[in-house]
Amino acid sequence: MRESGFYGLLQKEVLRFWRVFFQTVGAPVLSSFLWMLVFSHVLGGRTAFGGLSFVEFLIPGLVMMSVLQNSFANSSSSLIQSKVTGNLLLLVLPPISSPAFFGAYVVASVVRGVVVGAGVMAGGLLFMPSAAPALPHYVLAFALLGGIMAGALGVVAGLWAEKFDQIGMFTNFIIMPLTFLSGVFYSIHSLPPFWKALSQFNPFLYMIDGFRYGFFEKSDVPPEVSLLVAALSAAAVCGLAFYLVRSGYKIKT
Amino acid sequence: MTESLPADAVRVAGMTKSYGGLLALDNVSLSVPRGAFFGLLGPNGAGKTTLIGALGGLVRVDSGEAEVMGYNALGGSMEFKRRLGIVPQELVYDPFFNVREALVFQSKYFGLHHNGGWIDYLLEKLDLGEKAKTNTRQLSGGMKRRLMIAQALVHRPPVIVLDEPTAGVDINLRLKLWDFIRGLNAEGRTIILTTHYLEEAEALCGEVALMDGGRIAARGKPAELIADGGRVRVRLKVEGGDLSLLPPHRAAGGFLSFWVSDYGAVAPLLDAVKNAGCALSDMKISRADLEDAFVSLVGGGK
Repeated sequence: MRESGFYGLLQKEVLRFWRVFFQTVGAPVLSSFLWMLVFSHVLGGRTAFGGLSFVEFLIPGLVMMSVLQNSFANSSSSLIQSKVTGNLLLLVLPPISSPAFFGAYVVASVVRGVVVGAGVMAGGLLFMPSAAPALPHYVLAFALLGGIMAGALGVVAGLWAEKFDQIGMFTNFIIMPLTFLSGVFYSIHSLPPFWKALSQFNPFLYMIDGFRYGFFEKSDVPPEVSLLVAALSAAAVCGLAFYLVRSGYKIKT
Repeated sequence: MTESLPADAVRVAGMTKSYGGLLALDNVSLSVPRGAFFGLLGPNGAGKTTLIGALGGLVRVDSGEAEVMGYNALGGSMEFKRRLGIVPQELVYDPFFNVREALVFQSKYFGLHHNGGWIDYLLEKLDLGEKAKTNTRQLSGGMKRRLMIAQALVHRPPVIVLDEPTAGVDINLRLKLWDFIRGLNAEGRTIILTTHYLEEAEALCGEVALMDGGRIAARGKPAELIADGGRVRVRLKVEGGDLSLLPPHRAAGGFLSFWVSDYGAVAPLLDAVKNAGCALSDMKISRADLEDAFVSLVGGGK
């Protein structure tokens, strides 16, 4: 069988973000570290829920939020740059199959999300030295599903957008609110009924809650439900992104 | 190559493409024989780039067929892409990488993971050897153009399409590129060249097609097309008289342009000018070129 171009495109996509490491990895790790520093100082002594200190509660959420935001940023920013500068042509002329194209962008996004997540986790160890996850397979499963979903969502946004500010709009008006309001900073049980009910439609909530369960075996939502919601939302977004890639949406005229 | 090779490197049949109300390709049929050096000429908006885009899988056509080296270029298979190298008109580059990396990645997109020898050859032939480690962002326009040519050749395609490769390129580089492209053709590769420089098409192409309004307006050897349009161009500056009595002509830049079959036909033309009561104040006579053929065949465009 002919090679599909997957490995070449994956290598290129990983090298692309690695070349600007300080911007794509260093900056989000630092900003998460600052969140931890500030919150541990202000709320360090408080208990969040289930006997966890606020900082313990916060750190896994920040790690997962970093995975989600950076996975999304990788595919969306790479695609919009290629579209605006026109070099997407250099990827469309070779025989890169639709699964290879889709797969390379999503896997590279997951790589960046996981690298940033690992960096944030390393910073978190300063605040939570005994951080070994109780259920590492849960941690891994939610990190991967979250990265895949956010990376695929980045493909959708990158294909849809025609200008940089449209990606900014997608990031600031969709990704940021959904990740910030997903129980990173609070337990949904602390919310008034209306907001609690509304939060249940946010797929990121299940990813962050399930990820945290992997560390402490404590969660707002049963972990099986979170896993199912995470898997289904990742599958749905992947389906949409793959359909757009295959149909040449905004690539072919 | 061991597979049996088709007679035509490129075959397009009944291709139509419209953008909204604009008909970019109007039932275009065109075949380019294998090994040809073929020119695709026409004014802006004639449909050349749309036709190339359709061949490269960048344009969804409304109807028609296209094949590259016998492989369907409009279906799901990617085989045709392995036989086709397209140098797009627009200067594009990936600013994250240097010249060699750009070529290494382009090779990998074709599944070629050990292409270093050929990349070295391309860098040398296109005078990019010293720039191999330079970021693509720092290249001059001419260097970016050469890098794009190299990128189109990483997989050694038998069919190469160059969309305006010498646009905005200085004369020295243009001559070097001509030599390089001639060399590719001499190796047996089929070349399809679109250009605005008609002297370029005359100098290089064995055969040309003139496109206008999404159609192939004429096709033939450059010399034949020039002959069809009249071999000699006579430009006259006249004053007074009744211009309606003159043979068919075009007015541009203060001159009236006439095309006549040979130099012997110039004297009768001057008689006609005299008989129309026009006073002749300036005259230029030149051998007609493709541009003249183009003007007379498709009614202008420049």
